[in-house]
Amino acid sequence: MESAATYFSGFNPNDLWFLGEAALRTLWISFWAISIGSILGVFLGLALSVSRLVAFTLGTILDIFRSVPLIIQLVLFFNFAPIIGLRLNPFEAGLIVLIVYTSAYVANVARAGIEAVGIPMRRAARSLGMNYWQDLRYVVWPIGLRAVFPAWVGVALGVLKDSALVSILGYVELLKASQILMTRTQEAILILSIAGAFYFALSYPISYYATRLEQRWSQ
Amino acid sequence: MDYNFHWRPVFKTLPDLLQSAVLTLEVAILSMILGILFGLALSLIRINMTGPLKWFAVSWIELARNTPALLQLFFFGFGLGAFGIHFSPFLIVLMGLTFNNAGYLAENFRGGFNAIPDTQVRASLSLGMNNFQTYTRIIIPQVLRIVYHPMTNQMVWAVLMSSLGMLVGFRELSGETQFFASKTYRIFEYFAVTAVIYYVLVKIILGASRLMANRLFKY
Repeated sequence: MESAATYFSGFNPNDLWFLGEAALRTLWISFWAISIGSILGVFLGLALSVSRLVAFTLGTILDIFRSVPLIIQLVLFFNFAPIIGLRLNPFEAGLIVLIVYTSAYVANVARAGIEAVGIPMRRAARSLGMNYWQDLRYVVWPIGLRAVFPAWVGVALGVLKDSALVSILGYVELLKASQILMTRTQEAILILSIAGAFYFALSYPISYYATRLEQRWSQ
Repeated sequence: MDYNFHWRPVFKTLPDLLQSAVLTLEVAILSMILGILFGLALSLIRINMTGPLKWFAVSWIELARNTPALLQLFFFGFGLGAFGIHFSPFLIVLMGLTFNNAGYLAENFRGGFNAIPDTQVRASLSLGMNNFQTYTRIIIPQVLRIVYHPMTNQMVWAVLMSSLGMLVGFRELSGETQFFASKTYRIFEYFAVTAVIYYVLVKIILGASRLMANRLFKY
């Protein structure tokens, strides 16, 4: 037993720093995934709402990303990239998968937002002399955004939490860092609680603020 | 592209994969049943009670919703292991998914309960029904309609989340796939087939839920 003890070392304040840095990396990858994925998703949602044929083909493709576990998508893409000659590090591979995953969800949210704006309203905008893009920018965007903002926040928070899965590719974000520390210190409860607190601190304020904003808008 | 695809080993082990897909469905359905029971209890506590019990329910719900599912699984796996409580991988996944499902479903149920006007409760009480009858005959049938769609979504989520079992050594569909993939080193091929199986599973669930809805909500 005594010799075993020397392989492990206790949890020290430096490790807290290590976890904090890893939390920033979680924030970093989810920030890019959410922002790029959302922009892409809005355009995909626009495409979905334009014609029935596009909605069917594109919708079916996007549906695949929502019906296959993210972890499978990550492993699949990470192993597929070298086959087609792409050399990606875990961050890039994870980010690409997360972007596509986010945009598949945001596309549906965006479509719901566009459909929340009634056709008569849009016809009115056009008959006032607005062109197609003005109609989208000044009529559909402000009204649709309010209708689906809570759903979008839900997607964003989902991606923030799901970014934990990128750890299986070897990107040292919060969960991977806590796995490393668990192996070294053998203090699973403590480290998992700290990691959980970090995730909670990232996620809860956003969901709380979004609820408040939603209430203010609905008044 | 100088990679030769080898699908034969995958198809040879396809029966094993399908068998583990049944295990995936089993754990998802069980976690859903337990999740509905716990979620119902949590939402009722959150609405009707005060004091430590409410505090407990709120922290369960917020923890389940604001931390990654994988972290929750690790908590039940490695975290409780620190106290010398060791569960089988099946139980770890079942408990993790139940914890998560219950948290999300509780919020859905709360939304459903809040959508029923108070006046209906008072009306049914004044008609001489007791509390239990009011719940089972007036409130629950209406709430079920409201939460049916979110519940279906949660069931799909449960199937997708069960894939995390692969990281705690549970040999469901993903775990089995990883086992064979590392044995034959045909990672891409195995995970591609698994992705297809997940897709089909999700479609089956959505189809079944639509059939059930036709039956349940005929009137």
